[in-house]
Amino acid sequence: MADLPDAATCYELLARMALIRRFEEEAGRQYQRAKAGGFLHLAIGEEATIVGTTSVMRDEDFLIGTYRTHGHAIARGTDPNRVMAELFGRVDGTSGGRGGSMHIFDAEHRFMGGYGIVGGNLPIAAGLGLASQYKGEEAVTVCMFGDGASNTGNFGETMNLAALWTLPVLFLVENNLYGMGTAVERHSAQTDLSKKAEGYGISGTRVDGMDVLAVREGVAEGLRQAREEERPALIEAFTYRYRGHSAADPEVYREKAEVEEWREKDPIENFAKRCVEAGVLGEREVAQAREKAEEIVVAAAEFAEASPEPPLDTMYENLYATTDPSGWYAVDERSPEPHRGENEAEMPAAARELAEAGAAYAAQSEEGDRPNPAIHGDAMDGHSRQAPDPEEDDGEPQDTVERPLNAEGAED
Amino acid sequence: MAELRMREALRDAMAEEMRRDEGVFVMGEDVGVFRGAFKVTDGLLDEFGERRVRDTPISENTIVGAGVGAAMAGLRPIVELMTVNFSLLALDQIVNHAAAIPYMFNGQAKVPMVVRMPGGGGHQLGPTHSHSFEALYLQVPGLLVACPSTPADAKALLKAAIRDDNPVIFIEHESLYGVRGEVPEGEDVVLRFGEAAVRREGSDVTIIGLLKMAQVSEEAARTLAEEHGVEAEVIDPRTLRPLDLDTILASVRKTNRAVIVEEGWPHGGVGANLSTLITEQAFDDLDAPVQRVTGADVHMPYSKRLEQAAIPHSEHVVSAALATLEGSR
Repeated sequence: MADLPDAATCYELLARMALIRRFEEEAGRQYQRAKAGGFLHLAIGEEATIVGTTSVMRDEDFLIGTYRTHGHAIARGTDPNRVMAELFGRVDGTSGGRGGSMHIFDAEHRFMGGYGIVGGNLPIAAGLGLASQYKGEEAVTVCMFGDGASNTGNFGETMNLAALWTLPVLFLVENNLYGMGTAVERHSAQTDLSKKAEGYGISGTRVDGMDVLAVREGVAEGLRQAREEERPALIEAFTYRYRGHSAADPEVYREKAEVEEWREKDPIENFAKRCVEAGVLGEREVAQAREKAEEIVVAAAEFAEASPEPPLDTMYENLYATTDPSGWYAVDERSPEPHRGENEAEMPAAARELAEAGAAYAAQSEEGDRPNPAIHGDAMDGHSRQAPDPEEDDGEPQDTVERPLNAEGAED
Repeated sequence: MAELRMREALRDAMAEEMRRDEGVFVMGEDVGVFRGAFKVTDGLLDEFGERRVRDTPISENTIVGAGVGAAMAGLRPIVELMTVNFSLLALDQIVNHAAAIPYMFNGQAKVPMVVRMPGGGGHQLGPTHSHSFEALYLQVPGLLVACPSTPADAKALLKAAIRDDNPVIFIEHESLYGVRGEVPEGEDVVLRFGEAAVRREGSDVTIIGLLKMAQVSEEAARTLAEEHGVEAEVIDPRTLRPLDLDTILASVRKTNRAVIVEEGWPHGGVGANLSTLITEQAFDDLDAPVQRVTGADVHMPYSKRLEQAAIPHSEHVVSAALATLEGSR
C-alpha cells in the first residue's frame, strides 16, 4: 500500500474527491428538477481514479476524457460554477450551453474535452501527443476512456499509432466493469484490459481505482515513462460507478449486493479513515473538506440558476473560426440580401423570427399569430412555406387519409 | 506564370506553405516514401524529412483524429486520405469531431486542418473507388469544402485552406491530376473561399459545373455555340462551403436558365441543393425549370461501357441546356 503523502496533499486529495462527489449528487438532483437536460452520466464512486490521476499531472499536460467528465474538469481546476452552468445550458457554462454534460471543455486548464462518441477521444489524444512531440514540448497527454471504448477500432488504431510514433500519451482505462449495461466479461474477449495493447508493444499495468494513492503511484510512473522514455503507457484502473450509466438506467444488469460491495471500498470514506487513523488529518479537517464541498456546490447551483439562457442571435457563433481577416467570412458582407443556406450571418435573424413567430406553428388556430411575409420579409419565406397558406387554410385539418384511393376518381 | 500539372500545383502549394509555416505538416497513407498514391506529395519527404512528411498506417479515422488533436494543439496538419471512398472510414472524426469541436466547445478550440482526398470515376475502379462525395461534406456545418478544377485554382485554394483556421475538406478529381494549366507564381497567390469563377460568358443559359464537370461544361458550351448558336455562361463554384451564390444568381438573372452538372449521385446532391437555392432566390427570373445533369443513381460499374454511361458527358449537358431553351427559340 502506498505511503500517505504530507497532510496538505492528503487534504487536497480528500477535498477534491469530496467536491466531485457532492457536485455529482447535486447534478443528479438538478437533473430530477429538469434543470439539467439530455443525458447525465455521473462518476460517483470513480473519484479516486479521477483525482489520483490529475493530482500528479503537470499544468502543461493535456487531459482528454469521455462523456462522464464533470469531475475530470473540476479536478483539473475548472470552476464548478461553469460546469454546473453548462449542465443547465446557460451562457456561463464551459461551452456557453452548446456542449452540455457530455462536452465539457476548458482550454485554460488544458482539459481538452469531454466527448460523446465512445472511443472518439483516442485518436485526438494521439494528435495532442503528436503536437507536443513535434514542438519539442514536455507535455504528456492523458487520455481517459472506459472499458467499452477498448473494443472500438479507434483503440487498436490509436495504440498502434502511439507506439509506432512513440507518442507521449498515457492511456488510462477507467474500467467500471460495464460498457453501459454490458459487463466486461460479456463485451471483451480479453478481460484483462491492461493486456489489450501488448500486441502493439505497449505493456499495461493495473491499479486499484478506488485507492487514490494507488492511482497516483501508477499514473506518476506512466507519466514518467511517457515523458522521459517517450513510450506511451496504458493503465487499467478498477473503479465502479454507484449510479446507473446515465440518469435513465433501470440497472437490470447488476445486483444491488454488488453495488453495496463496492460501496464498502468507497474511495472517499476509506481514504478519510486512513488519514485520520494515521493522524495525518483530524476529524475536523475531514468534516471541513465536506463542508467546503457543500458550500461550493450550493453556490454552483445558484450560479447556474442565475446565469442567462443563450440569446437566440448567438446561435451561429463559433461555428467557424473567424480570426483570419483574409478568410471567406467576408462573403457575408458582399451582399445585403439574405441567402438561406449560404449566408450564415442572416440565419440568426431567421431563427429568431421563427422562434418569436409564436413558435409559429404551435398557435396556428389564431390567425393573427401566423407569420406574415409582408412583415417578416424575405427571411421568413423559407419557413413560412411550411405553414399553411392563409388563402388556402380553411381551418380544417388536411384530409389525406380519408380521401378514397380511387384512381378513376382522380381522373374526374 | 508556369505551366504545371494539377498534381504539381498541389505539391507546390504544400511545399510553399510548409516553408512559410513550421507548424504545417503532411500525413497520410503512402505520402512519404511512396510519394503519394497519385504522386501529389512527390518530393516533399526529400525536402522536409520524416518529421513533417509522415507515412501513416492504414487507419483513416485515427489519422484524421490525430490531425484534429494536432490542430487543436496549434499545428496545421494536412491529412491526405488516399481517396474520398476511404474518407467514409474517417467520417466520425470529420463530422462528430473536426466539424463540431469549434462550436461544441464554444470557440475554445480551433481545428485548422485540411483533409485532402481525390475522388471521381472514369478509371474502371468500380463501386468502392469511384465516389463523388461533395454533397456529403457540403451538408456538414463547420466544414469548408473546396473542389478545384484547374491547376491555378488548386494551388491557390489549397494555400488558402492551409492558412484557414477551420477544418477544410479539399476534394480533388483523379482525372484532373494530369491536366496542365498556367499557374501564377508568388507565395501569396491565395484564392478566397466563396468566389466562383465565370469560365465563359454567355447570355442564353447558365451552366454550373464542378471538378471535372467544370471542364465538361466548358466543352458543352463550345458545342452549344458552334452547333446550336446558344451562348452559355459557364460557372465553376470552386468552393461549395461557402458557396458564391451571388455570382450564380447574377448569371441566372441574366440568362433566366440554369443547368447544374455534377458527377455525384442525383438524390440530395450538389445540384439538388443548388437548384433549390436558385428556385428560392430567383424563381421569378427563371424561364424554365432548373436542369440537373448528374452521375447515374448506381454504384459505379466496372465495365467501361457501363461506367462511361454512368458519368455525365458534354452531350448530356448540351441536351439539358437545350431543354431549358425549348419553346423559347
